[in-house]
Amino acid sequence: MKVIFSKLAVATVVGAGLALAAGGVANAAEMPKRGGILTYLNPAEIPSYDAHRETTFGVVHPLGPMYSLLIRVNPDNPQSATDFTCDLCEGKVPSPTDGGKTFTFKIRKGIKFQSGAPLTAHDIVATYKKIMWPPDGIPSSRKAFYRMVDTLTAPDDFTVVFKLKWPSGAFIPALAAPFNWIYSKADLDKHGLNWHTKNVNGTGPFLFVQDQQGSFTEGKRNPNYHHMGLDGKPQPYLDGIKAIVATKLAVRVQAIRGDRAAIEFRGFPPAHRDELVKALGKDITVQESDWNCALFFTPNHESKPFDDARVRRALTLTLDRWSGSQYLSKIAIVKTVGGVVFPNHPFAATKAELTKLAGYGEDAKANLAEAKRLLKEAGISTLKVNFVNRGVDQPYKVVGTWGIDQWKKAGIDATQQVLPTPAFYDTLRKTKKFDIAIDFNCQSVINPIADITKFLGTSGANNGNYKDQPLEDIYAKIEKSGDETEQRKLIRDYEKRALSDEAHMLLTLWWYKINPHRSYVKGWKIAPSHYLNQQLDNIWLDK
Amino acid sequence: MVTLSEAQVEAKFEQLAAKPTLSKRLWEFCRKQPLGAAGAAVVLVMIFMAVFADYITHFDPVKNDLANMLTAPDETYILGTDQFGRDAFTRIVYGARTALLVGFVSAFAGATIGLVLGVASAYFGGRFDLLFQRVMDVVMAFPLIILALAVVATLGTGVQNVIVAITIPFIARSARVVRSNALAIREIPYIDAARALGYSHTRIILRHMAPNVMAPYLIILTASLGQAILLEAALSYLGLGVQEPIPSWGLMLQGGAEEFAETAPWIAIWPGVAISLAVFGFNLFGDALRDILDPKLRAR
Repeated sequence: MKVIFSKLAVATVVGAGLALAAGGVANAAEMPKRGGILTYLNPAEIPSYDAHRETTFGVVHPLGPMYSLLIRVNPDNPQSATDFTCDLCEGKVPSPTDGGKTFTFKIRKGIKFQSGAPLTAHDIVATYKKIMWPPDGIPSSRKAFYRMVDTLTAPDDFTVVFKLKWPSGAFIPALAAPFNWIYSKADLDKHGLNWHTKNVNGTGPFLFVQDQQGSFTEGKRNPNYHHMGLDGKPQPYLDGIKAIVATKLAVRVQAIRGDRAAIEFRGFPPAHRDELVKALGKDITVQESDWNCALFFTPNHESKPFDDARVRRALTLTLDRWSGSQYLSKIAIVKTVGGVVFPNHPFAATKAELTKLAGYGEDAKANLAEAKRLLKEAGISTLKVNFVNRGVDQPYKVVGTWGIDQWKKAGIDATQQVLPTPAFYDTLRKTKKFDIAIDFNCQSVINPIADITKFLGTSGANNGNYKDQPLEDIYAKIEKSGDETEQRKLIRDYEKRALSDEAHMLLTLWWYKINPHRSYVKGWKIAPSHYLNQQLDNIWLDK
Repeated sequence: MVTLSEAQVEAKFEQLAAKPTLSKRLWEFCRKQPLGAAGAAVVLVMIFMAVFADYITHFDPVKNDLANMLTAPDETYILGTDQFGRDAFTRIVYGARTALLVGFVSAFAGATIGLVLGVASAYFGGRFDLLFQRVMDVVMAFPLIILALAVVATLGTGVQNVIVAITIPFIARSARVVRSNALAIREIPYIDAARALGYSHTRIILRHMAPNVMAPYLIILTASLGQAILLEAALSYLGLGVQEPIPSWGLMLQGGAEEFAETAPWIAIWPGVAISLAVFGFNLFGDALRDILDPKLRAR
């Protein structure tokens, strides 16, 4: 018995030792290494340095690492739609008081801007006032997200208080938008609200070094950064970053293949993922995710006969989304069939709910027959469509070509007019000379209540040129409802009206994000948006 | 000594003066210009494909067949399929239509407008000629593709705009070449005679001068054809020309061809071969035509 016990004791000690050793090895493997420059690719040029007015990743990817946010999506869990952490605030993201209407943030002390000025609550108040209530002539792309905010104050140097008009689950996600870079109040007061379009002064993990327009942007490690690393020392782990502008997809793929760059944060089509994996094997790591971007065909309601809901329904009925998902996901950065809400969110429609919408039924032949019937009922025998597309292959031109083929099955003859991005936006917003245009809704933080405003005729981002008061009324109820079950039900009504009954916009497929990167890039986790998790403070190079 | 009757002499002269038959002339052309004949053969094949595309292939050039996307060349799809499952051979055959339509229309329009303007410039001379030639200098200062790009950027994409974009730079080139020939013709006394008879400027330019510069006109026309096809392909490749789903060789080289260059190289190879052959064919044919029509080269 004694022998048995002694053997058991030895075995236990050895086992525990091995387990500890293995754990130690595992920990050592995960312990970030310091140093090195991360070279990555920016597929777009920087339009201006002011993220408050911009909507493109082209500004977030190279300059986001130079700024901090009040709160942010947890960089270690960016897939979650509800996991937010403090960036400039202290402790946990505060819970609301006053019946869900007051949020009080305590601000970290000892943080400095690149200029050397200390950060206080007044900087945060000045920044959010610029974002939420900009004066005339100062663009702010997401000011509509903050309609629920009543007042914003800084009772002392390290406290910020937001008071809402009504309790809203959309407030905290809106606050965490990656475009909400905190600016110095002194800069805003001294230089004006346009100063940040051409100047950088942040408190992010990297200090701005230089930007050669159309070529590259450089940053170096901020020694005073406020987040601690896993090794107990301040982040970031990298010595610096360099974002290289490369607008051609083929160039970006070859840059990663040739190790001229380690990563591109937007996303590659499946073919390039396969190509890189085949060529680089274990030297390439692939991260994939559903993407908080939806691609639409938007009929111009001011162009006849697209003012007729039957015609729009016919157009959406001809789109065989389920087959499209199966095949297009092999050649384009789209995949998921979905409704108005990001597919993985609790507010999103289930498949059973989706198949009740026009054009979402799985019987494509029945859909097509109904489309032809509706066109006949609308008195249309031949329909010629001027389809305006954006001059970008992925996913616009690929899905556009697919759409033309789908419509042809119902006898709809679409002529594609591909325009460079500035001319494309001009056509959508100014000249409005189109019958149907490609359109998209790319958002950052998954915030369905804010994201679905795209479908409102009154939304600044809507290109359909329509007014739909019943839809506005449903949205108003969604916005002010505090009950998630009720909100979900209202969203279904909203979805049915926007996508099916009125078919204001024809939602094709949701995007799918594929990020192949060099395996030595560690710490970065893919988010459901190419705008998110781009401060790069937790990235390190395993070289 | 053999004596010939008057009738026999007349017959002999008629025999000597008789024009060679078409087949004989073709044979002479092939014998003297074998490369030109090869070029002409390529051009003829292209025209044949464009005209009889509906009979050459039974596939629809624009219809997607996603279940057969990226199929490698086999007995069904002899040149494979693209990312939308469309038969590459079919799109090349129909693409010849687009290439020839754009090529012929823009080359013909450019060369013809250039012919009229060039002759007019030479005929009027003086300030008009000086001013007009400076305008031509400005147009010719831009490389062909840059000018075409600028025009497309202004007008937008699509077949019609591509034709306009290619035509404009050709006008200047044609006008310059034709003008230099027309300057010599202007000095010939019959032009003075026509003026003395009170003919209008338009009549003198179109009926008395233009027909005498046909040789350089035809040469520039054939030379422009190859260039026009290449330009159309270049503009479509850059996304500024013909748009999906219209079959166009340049368009076939864009998008999927880049994206699937490694996994489905046939998407890029065949349209590339088609463009090369067509341009090569038109250039060889144009060179041979120049050799035949240019009296100086013909004497060699």
